[in-house]
Amino acid sequence: MPPTADGAAVRAVEVSRHYQMGGTLICAADGISLEIPRGEFLAILGASGSGKSTLLNLLAGLDRPTSGAIFAEGRDLAKMSGEELAHHRSHTIGMVFQAFHLLPRMTLEENVELPLRLAEVPRAERPARVAQALERVLLSARRGHRPTELSGGEQQRASIARALVNRPTILLADEPTGNLDSRTGEEILRLIEEIHRPGGGAAAVTVIVVTHERALAERYADRIVTMSDGRISNEEKRR
Amino acid sequence: MKIRDLCELAARNLRESLLRNFLTTLGIAVGVASLVAMLSLGIGLQQLAMRRLERTGLFDSVMVRPRQLGGPGGGARQRLGMDAEPQNIKPLDEDARQQIAKLPGVLEVYSPVRFNAEAELAPATGTAAAAPAAPAGSGGAGPGAAPAAGRRMTAISGLPNSDSTNDAFDGMQGRFFSSQQAQELILSNDLAQSLADEEKIQPAALIGRTLTLRFPQRQSRPAPPTDSTQASAQTQAAGDTSAENPMEMALGFTIIPVEKQFTIIGVIVSGQPGAGPGGFEGSGGYIPLGLAQQLNPIQGSDIRDVMGEAAAGSGGKRYANLTVRADGTSTVAAIEASIKQMGYQAFSLLDVTRNLQRIFAVFDMFLGIFGSLALAVASLGIINTLVMAILERRREIGVLKALGAADRDVRRLFFVEAAAMGFLGGLLGVVLGWGIGRVINFGTAFYLHRQGLPSENIWAVPWWLVLAAMGFSVLVSLAAGTYPASRAARLDPVEALRYE
Repeated sequence: MPPTADGAAVRAVEVSRHYQMGGTLICAADGISLEIPRGEFLAILGASGSGKSTLLNLLAGLDRPTSGAIFAEGRDLAKMSGEELAHHRSHTIGMVFQAFHLLPRMTLEENVELPLRLAEVPRAERPARVAQALERVLLSARRGHRPTELSGGEQQRASIARALVNRPTILLADEPTGNLDSRTGEEILRLIEEIHRPGGGAAAVTVIVVTHERALAERYADRIVTMSDGRISNEEKRR
Repeated sequence: MKIRDLCELAARNLRESLLRNFLTTLGIAVGVASLVAMLSLGIGLQQLAMRRLERTGLFDSVMVRPRQLGGPGGGARQRLGMDAEPQNIKPLDEDARQQIAKLPGVLEVYSPVRFNAEAELAPATGTAAAAPAAPAGSGGAGPGAAPAAGRRMTAISGLPNSDSTNDAFDGMQGRFFSSQQAQELILSNDLAQSLADEEKIQPAALIGRTLTLRFPQRQSRPAPPTDSTQASAQTQAAGDTSAENPMEMALGFTIIPVEKQFTIIGVIVSGQPGAGPGGFEGSGGYIPLGLAQQLNPIQGSDIRDVMGEAAAGSGGKRYANLTVRADGTSTVAAIEASIKQMGYQAFSLLDVTRNLQRIFAVFDMFLGIFGSLALAVASLGIINTLVMAILERRREIGVLKALGAADRDVRRLFFVEAAAMGFLGGLLGVVLGWGIGRVINFGTAFYLHRQGLPSENIWAVPWWLVLAAMGFSVLVSLAAGTYPASRAARLDPVEALRYE
């Protein structure tokens, strides 16, 4: 993807997402404008139903806005076809979910290999890429295990490995610590922080984390955005 | 996603709900088995009918005649100077016979021989040695005379070697001719029964006995003189009063009675060998065609044949008709067309087989429709299984989409699963259908054996049916997978990920 002229990894312009629930119109996102520079670690805070997951799905290209525009790495997601959006999710975005969403029938290795299959990465390259991703989250020894044989923290690490295996430039995490105890949650955010700033001259990964744990957000995020009723109610620059 | 990855994921998904997918596949297998069973029966019966028809020798032959002979007696009229020879008639002569014999798919071309003879069974102590042709003496009866007691008039036909495969010889007692020149005779069931009843013996006991045949033979005369002086001189020189017969003079041959002895080598139990479209006519006995042609007996078609010869004026052999034997029914049409192009009349009973094939095609179609009903029901099973799979794998579909799967990938994944069930079901169904066929064949053979009839193969599973059944199974499965696949592809990933 060519870089944007302004250097933003993601830019949302007056983005709204409305749902019709029976006779009621739900404004999950209402005129949000947000710019996330390349390499930034952004935390989105907010109460349940504030619209933070909706915003994340819109930024990921999983959902399309009712109005407004979203630019990711310089391209308008609203103008992309379904195929192009899928390609964008496969090659640019890495996603981590609160419920891990590992496929229970597959081993960790197979789960991590799944995005490589979807991205049509040559078979010869896959084992090394999978091993590298699992090593990065310290799960090399559990590669043959199924998700149900792992702890919550290990499952989330596995899901991070899966998100990273296609070497995305943007990592989106939706409540990655929501199903974990505080210590494990901290471990996961520390891992995300390491991914964000890989060191060794490697390019920083843009990270957008949705969480409701302010303390963790304050510790790791460069900027914190707080949402309420589908709008950005507060922005706080940490670094 | 690449096809290999799709197949691997589909195989994994199918393995996960093994019992349900197996039962769905079994449903398809039963449907395909029913289809294969029905069509195999239709094809088997068609092949049986065609096989039996082909072996009658009626359907792999073409009868050839000159296009125009000027009507009955036309040649005689010409010879008698009554009219001129039509210029557009292409003669059916030896050259034409050899030309036809060179056509692709032609086994042999011959002029059929069928004549009437008086048959008399020699006493059991008599020898089977052939007697030289001799004019009928005091004991013999001329062709026009009433047969004496123990003698009977019967039709005798000449058979080529290719007729040895005729189904009439299937249960024959005895054997086929040792050569085309052997003085051997095969009795039809009717004549054998009649002779055996007279002798108070079994028909099979006639084998080895001698049968004397008396028949009129044609002997050529010299060409008629051009003036009355020459004719008178020739008549005097010959000293034959019969040669003065003006009709014989006109025809150019003399009819003399001949007696020949034949060894009975076989008795046909049922049916009659009939070669070519004229083969419906039954004969009392059969002798080798080569020998029959040498004997030169007077035949029903002989007068016309001879007139054709006479009309030729060149002295070359001309035929009233020829029988062309093809190497199978499939080549008959082409041979018939080629002969017509050569300028002759050609006629075969192919239309009868065409009608039969048409009837069987309709029969097969109905069998196929009934057989497909089970497959249609099985396709509902596929829809049900895949719709259930969507519900169960809703979140998985959401994850796949979040990780970069396009709608197309999800659709193809479901199609591959449907096709795999169709393929496996088709494979299992073909095996099952084949097994059912074997059992029915066995049962039929057992029943026919109990009825004292030869066993028949009424079941045929050709390769094209195996491939077509499997292809059809996959197609039906893909069609059944269309709705679930498009529904899965249209799933909203956000909704799917939220699904508990």
